[in-house]
Amino acid sequence: MIRLSLLARGQPLGQARCSIATPSTHRTFTPSLFNNSIRSFSTAWALRNEATEATTPTKPFKLAVIGSGPGGFYAAHRILKHVPQSSIDMFEALPVPHGLVRFGVAPDHPEVKNVMNTFDEVAENPNFTFIGNTSVGTYVTPGSEKADLEISDLRPHYDAILLAYGAHEDRLLGVSNEQTLKGVMAARSFVGFYNGLPSEQGLEVDLSKADTAVVIGQGNVALDVARILLTPLDELKKTDLTERMIKILEKSRVKHVHVVGRRGPLEVAFTAKELREMLQLPDTTFHMDQGLLASEMERAGKTLERPRKRLMGLLEKGIKESKPDQPKSWSLHFLRSPLGFSGDSNNQLKAIELGINRLEGENSNRKAVATGEKETLACDFAFRSIGYKSVGIQGIPFDERKGVVPNMDGKVMDAEQNIVPGFYASGWLKRGPIGVIATTMADAYQTADTIIADWTSGRSMLNNDAPSKEGGKPVLDLLKSKGHKTVSYKDWKKIEQKEFELGAKVGKPREKFLTVEEMLKVVD
Amino acid sequence: MQTGRIGSLASWNNINIKMNNNDNNSLLIQQAAFSTGAVWQHGSMPRPAPGTGIKVNFVRPDGETVTVEANEGESLLDLARATDMDVEGACEASLACSTCHLILDEASFDKLEEPTDEENDMLDLAFGLTDTSRLGCQVLMTKDLEGLTAKIPSATRNMYVDGAKPKHH
Repeated sequence: MIRLSLLARGQPLGQARCSIATPSTHRTFTPSLFNNSIRSFSTAWALRNEATEATTPTKPFKLAVIGSGPGGFYAAHRILKHVPQSSIDMFEALPVPHGLVRFGVAPDHPEVKNVMNTFDEVAENPNFTFIGNTSVGTYVTPGSEKADLEISDLRPHYDAILLAYGAHEDRLLGVSNEQTLKGVMAARSFVGFYNGLPSEQGLEVDLSKADTAVVIGQGNVALDVARILLTPLDELKKTDLTERMIKILEKSRVKHVHVVGRRGPLEVAFTAKELREMLQLPDTTFHMDQGLLASEMERAGKTLERPRKRLMGLLEKGIKESKPDQPKSWSLHFLRSPLGFSGDSNNQLKAIELGINRLEGENSNRKAVATGEKETLACDFAFRSIGYKSVGIQGIPFDERKGVVPNMDGKVMDAEQNIVPGFYASGWLKRGPIGVIATTMADAYQTADTIIADWTSGRSMLNNDAPSKEGGKPVLDLLKSKGHKTVSYKDWKKIEQKEFELGAKVGKPREKFLTVEEMLKVVD
Repeated sequence: MQTGRIGSLASWNNINIKMNNNDNNSLLIQQAAFSTGAVWQHGSMPRPAPGTGIKVNFVRPDGETVTVEANEGESLLDLARATDMDVEGACEASLACSTCHLILDEASFDKLEEPTDEENDMLDLAFGLTDTSRLGCQVLMTKDLEGLTAKIPSATRNMYVDGAKPKHH
């Protein structure tokens, strides 16, 4: 493989760029082919070795990043490291950054939020500018609020645009009364609510008359919801759980939580740490079908890999060591698919109807098949936790079926699978709403490597032959002319500092502001 | 069990304890995690004088082996960062991620104490998990680990939605 330094040494890439027309293929080439044309090829692997040697076109690389969660920040981190002359502007709709690290990670998992320190370091780089309180790209959903900027406003001023705005909606079950009954809601909304997401603060959550809650889905978000409902309040009061949620939990009478999944124990999506926390809840009995676990484990036999084996072992241990007849309980229900919700005359949820499934197919690819049998589970609250969902924005391709921006290694493609030069995607918007922060980090690095390779090999980007882009300045001028107020990272730090101070007064790490107005007021 | 890094906040000592009980150690951890002072110190430990440290071999994703010298009690993660190895420590040694995953040589792996449940839970999430995998932040160097070899798994991997394969690279 020809190393990148050979390619670029002594050759101003600006000249060679105009000859790029073909999609890159992985080829080696001899110096005799290398006159004034560059065969483009993927150099992601070579690039990793050339970290300090990455030679760039003579003008600086101007990148706009849409979204300030891990998908955006880790990509920026990687690009700034390998292309020191790059200049990155990160747009975030809210005045506060960090996406799901702030609004998704559970309040009682503060160590997971340490990644914010890495993001702070990225933001300290003089080549990085955070532009908060500025949304980019009106959602294609009819009736969506108009964004502050559209992609077309950014295009003339950047070499590339990285889409990293994640998934802000959730999947529906598509069953009766799902969206009309009081007490049925998305886990995503509930999590956003108790984590202080401004757009969810209007959620009506009354747990004072609720005894039993059902969570549909068996991922880590489902366990987060169950755990927040059942953890002793004194523990939660020491976290950055919002004051509003603490007041709701003070009145909560929820004692039993059923976590329902359509397949079996081997198909659960939650992981060991979260399961362990559930099994350590005080005064809480754990229920699940021991026979089903045993038969599924026997069936899988030696094909069980270590993480799955440990997880099943933890379930076995949990059943064995569960103290019976405790005041609270949580249960795992398997082979159950929701068929519909029913309520009383006040439109309040009363029960959920479940279809019973059986499993078919090979190990590690088991499918749920309805048996036709049904059962009813009485409940006062139901949380739908079957996955988040991304939404398209004006000006970029979007795959409705898969719920992602169509892409290849992070390079955005159109409906005909042609690469759209200059557009990239990372994080959940690229891969779908799965995985932990570390997964998104690896993913963002992959997209970053793709961007770096494209830039340093002179691949076509936005406005390829146009004069050097100015990056953020014309965009900020445009916003100013509209009377729009942006929030800088320094401004965010003021907001954060105030949240620390307010939290310290009540023994919490921070007290989050719940509205955009309050956040902006701190900055004024 | 773990004593944390020299120069780091003493509260890191409590991380493992926090995992096992929810007493008031947890408040200390949360305050430590959110302190605005420097929690993560880059290269804060002075390097040993050449020839006096404990030899460690890092095998980079490209296959190249780099031999460095560790201080006694230094974690492999701290060592990697101090010697410019491409190892991430996203959660800053608090057992909340798997990004400092390293693959050790069997002899060294066997010399170490068993990982805790908490470390194993995070290892389960690591890409390319092997029988001799450990989290770098949890392995503290001692003299009897002289010559330890740690392979750094690639930081990125190809992930495709729905198993689709690219048409061209």
